[in-house]
Amino acid sequence: MSIFIKIVALTGLGFTIIPSLLVFTDHISFEMHTNLMIVGMILWFVASPFWMKEKEL
Amino acid sequence: MANTLLDRLDARLDSIDEFEREPVPEKELKGWRGFLGMYAGEHTAGTEFVIGALFVAHGVSAVDLIFGLIVGNLLAVLSWAFLCAPVAVKTKLTLYWQLNKICGGNLALLYNIVNAVMFCFLAGAMITVAATAVGLPFNIPMPGLDDWLPTSVGWVITVFAVGSVITIIAIAGYEYVARFANISFPWMLLVFLAAAIAVLPSLGVSTVSDFWPAAKDRIWTGVPVEGLTQFTFWHVMFFAWFANMAMHIGMSDMSILRFAEDWKMGFSSAAGMFFGHFLAWIASGILMAAAAGAVAPGVIAFNSAGIAGAICVVIAGWTTANPTIYRAGLAFQAVTPNWKRWKVTLFTGLLTSVIACFPALVMNLLDFVALYGLVLMPMGAVVFLDVMVFEKMNLLRNYAEKSGIKFNWAAGLTWFLTLAMCLFINLYFGIEIFFLGLPGWFIAVLLYIGFSYMFQKKLESWNEEQSFSKSENL
Repeated sequence: MSIFIKIVALTGLGFTIIPSLLVFTDHISFEMHTNLMIVGMILWFVASPFWMKEKEL
Repeated sequence: MANTLLDRLDARLDSIDEFEREPVPEKELKGWRGFLGMYAGEHTAGTEFVIGALFVAHGVSAVDLIFGLIVGNLLAVLSWAFLCAPVAVKTKLTLYWQLNKICGGNLALLYNIVNAVMFCFLAGAMITVAATAVGLPFNIPMPGLDDWLPTSVGWVITVFAVGSVITIIAIAGYEYVARFANISFPWMLLVFLAAAIAVLPSLGVSTVSDFWPAAKDRIWTGVPVEGLTQFTFWHVMFFAWFANMAMHIGMSDMSILRFAEDWKMGFSSAAGMFFGHFLAWIASGILMAAAAGAVAPGVIAFNSAGIAGAICVVIAGWTTANPTIYRAGLAFQAVTPNWKRWKVTLFTGLLTSVIACFPALVMNLLDFVALYGLVLMPMGAVVFLDVMVFEKMNLLRNYAEKSGIKFNWAAGLTWFLTLAMCLFINLYFGIEIFFLGLPGWFIAVLLYIGFSYMFQKKLESWNEEQSFSKSENL
């Protein structure tokens, strides 16, 4: 469970930063970058509270 | 029924004990992680979108910006580690209760009112920034560089909606604030970076090697916007150092660092200075250059990162406004010790929301930030000397508490005269407000030592006279 949560949270961060690099290298459109950032945001805020809670324990 | 529910809520909120009026007990101390998250989150704020952009508007050059930020942020970290953290760890008290011991109730009261009002203005600026993003989907007209008054009813409603949520989180206490900052920070930082990277092609940067020429020619051009002063390396360095002067040299962060196990945890502020300020100010400079005239942070972020960018501005505003309202609440609580903490914080949040309705504050943010640090700095020097140095100089610590006075004139005169001398330096020598903190601190140190010798000697000789006349009467 904990590995799954971490993978989801880190994927969220990946979806936040990687699309901008792909826009920079002209591999995806600017619109695609903003849409993927929304996906990244949702993944991060769904998974990270559980990850952080686990760390506190 | 309603009364019972209110009583229960009252009891629940009152049970959140944050040790405002007593030293933090050993078992409540926190480790590195809490502080790293707290500092990183707090210094990746919505206002960074404005500060980085204002550097561009003031025509700073690329080289001056980079080196100014490195040196200035390093000096800020050292100020936290060597000035604020040792005092906080030694006393384990908030600045406000420590001031009571040193300055006496009346002077501490005056300081707390000034301090709390300043914090409200700062938190107000953060709420304003967050509101520029919340108002986007409702097509609310955003304030521009020249706007000083609320621009519409919709703007006021948006500001109060944002302020209410932030206040509720601040009422919940330090733990909730730290957790919220911890969760948000990694994502926020990446959004800042992603937004800046994504707009680089619009500035003519298509490879890494294009960046530096574009940085010099199209972003930090060295040419200020008409009507604004030219910024140099020194402006950037001193601004980066003193942007949080009230918190490190001014000792406000005693309220946070009193929970630290060790003074070395003051170095955790580096997370805020380098991952927060350094990267965020550079990123927001790039965004400003790419936005071609837009100044509202919500608009800038939305144009460069879409909905996620706008939400980032809102969250960035929250994570900074939360601890700031929390600190302001602590300051007001010292003024009204019979009020419960949650009621004080609620009042603080309301006051902050009213201030946030006026965009003038954000549009003059650089000057306000410098002024707010400068006004609170002299009392930081007083606390540092009193806690860390006075015993070595054979001077009494906590003079007001020991002598039973309500107004320590040594501290009071230090505060007033330091600010008067800073004003004189500003008006007579034309030294800008960004640079006054450094000479001001040394002036405060010299004045407080001098006045303390004077007033403590007076008390000593008065005590001697009293005991002499008593023995004569016998």
